[in-house]
Amino acid sequence: MRFENDSARAVQVDDLSVDLGGRLVLRGIDLRIRQGEVVAVLGTNGSGKSTLIKTVVGLLPAARGEVRLFGTPVPRFRDWRRVGYVPQRITAAGGVPATVYEVVSSGLLSKRRMFAPLGAAGKQAIEEALEVVDMADRRKDAVAELSGGQQQRVLIARALVSDPELLILDEPTAGVDLASQQIFADAVRERVARGTTVVMVSHDLGPMDALIDRSVVMRRGRVVYDGPPHASQTHAHVHHSHTDDDPGWLTS
Amino acid sequence: MTMFQLEFMQRALIAGLLTGLSAPAIGTYLVQRRLSLMGDGIGHIAITGVALGLLTGSAPVLTAIIVSIAGATAIELVRARGKATGDVALALLFYGGIAGGVLLIGLAGQGAATLNTYLFGSLTTVSQSDLYVVVGLAVAVLVVAIGLGPQLFAVCQDEEFARTTGLRVQLLNLVIAVMAAVTVTVAMRTVGLLLVSALMVVPVATAQQVTRSFRSTFITACVIGVLACLAGIVTSYNANVAPGATIVVLALAGFVVAATVGTLLRRRAGRARPLADEEPEVGVPAPEPHVVSAGHPHAHSQACGHKKVEHGDHVDYVHDGHLHAAHGDHWDEH
Repeated sequence: MRFENDSARAVQVDDLSVDLGGRLVLRGIDLRIRQGEVVAVLGTNGSGKSTLIKTVVGLLPAARGEVRLFGTPVPRFRDWRRVGYVPQRITAAGGVPATVYEVVSSGLLSKRRMFAPLGAAGKQAIEEALEVVDMADRRKDAVAELSGGQQQRVLIARALVSDPELLILDEPTAGVDLASQQIFADAVRERVARGTTVVMVSHDLGPMDALIDRSVVMRRGRVVYDGPPHASQTHAHVHHSHTDDDPGWLTS
Repeated sequence: MTMFQLEFMQRALIAGLLTGLSAPAIGTYLVQRRLSLMGDGIGHIAITGVALGLLTGSAPVLTAIIVSIAGATAIELVRARGKATGDVALALLFYGGIAGGVLLIGLAGQGAATLNTYLFGSLTTVSQSDLYVVVGLAVAVLVVAIGLGPQLFAVCQDEEFARTTGLRVQLLNLVIAVMAAVTVTVAMRTVGLLLVSALMVVPVATAQQVTRSFRSTFITACVIGVLACLAGIVTSYNANVAPGATIVVLALAGFVVAATVGTLLRRRAGRARPLADEEPEVGVPAPEPHVVSAGHPHAHSQACGHKKVEHGDHVDYVHDGHLHAAHGDHWDEH
């Protein structure tokens, strides 16, 4: 098969176990994500899906096994410009106000040298990222003054601004209004069309549902389903009935 | 002869200018990381450094900088470990700094008067060699604070994201701690060790009453710091009191004015800023198909002021960035 060599794999997780404060949160996860795939990691609270994502981007250490990004083990991975990470929302706005523009520009740091000013190409990239999430007219507003959905849009712009090949989103739709979810889904769709690999963790995908070509369901730190999206949804949400042409899960 | 012709006043004003620039510069990063009191802790530790200098007969500025850098590094390491006991460890370090300093100064046979010039600043004791050290250190702090601005901003704003851009977060955190230690030493002769933290924090707090961006907060805070330092030193000369006290009192007066003006401006703009803790949704379960809003005491209605969104056969109300919909006697998350 064409994708068998390591470098064609955006993410490779082998026998990964993660220990958080003495509790084994992930137990022997194996996962391979090819370049260009759009994968949803689903599961209830405490299933370990956010832990998996944080370990993939190197924020948590592996207790056993390893994670490779583009073929390189994460602790030695240096090519961070290829990865865009959208965390669960600004954990807490800093003690000093910061504008939308300033927050988005920090997404370019993987490409910027120290003591170097922001070049014209960087400014252009920031403008484009702001346009994509429809926040260009709010660029001078303080992030703390925005709604939850708008803050989340700022975070995706911050990840998109470096033009990553692998986009990793942690709960992109949690607590986000429908209008923002739609803008979010459009932004991701545009990236997918350009061949970006997308991994997103979610309770509910909302308008992003249609983009997914594979889903991984986690339960108690293990992968219990890995395959085409629709089957997985009925697994994960047997209590919730919806028809096949239902575009989202939240519309009932 | 005016005070500006006095050599010691010229030295004091130059030192004040640089202190007024560098303390708020590093202070902006400390406030953004919510480590406002770090400068205070380093100031306490630096007292031991000063005492060590007096005891051994070497320059107190040099021993202070060595001890405060060591202390700042220790604070940063304890903080990075994130242990529950870190808080107590820091307290021990701070009290040890003060007690050790007073003890050593006593052993050196120096009185409270000498200690006071370091605790609250002194105009007459800035020597020519002190000034060279202060200028060199302040310039170094400013070069790092401005040159590494984008990197330090990212680390202070969102440390986890900064790590995923490949920044060496631990190293940059250490840079901030060391810069804070250097700034404490720079400010020691003008505002003094006990009040240096005020000069790092108060101008920043004042600036953010009227600013929205990090950059403008940084610049405004430095301008306020310089004004407070220069005016404080002049007042100190005329009133014959310790400059640290006049500088900080002036800075605080500026804060009161800015806070009043800021409140009036925001009220006039008709949109008071939401409190930072108004959106505690991190880690809260996302809306499932049917999630009851727990303990929702507020009944939404046509007139409640929350934005209304048509949603199929009913109306949702936008509430802190998510949607509430009526369902029988309770509210659902939509």
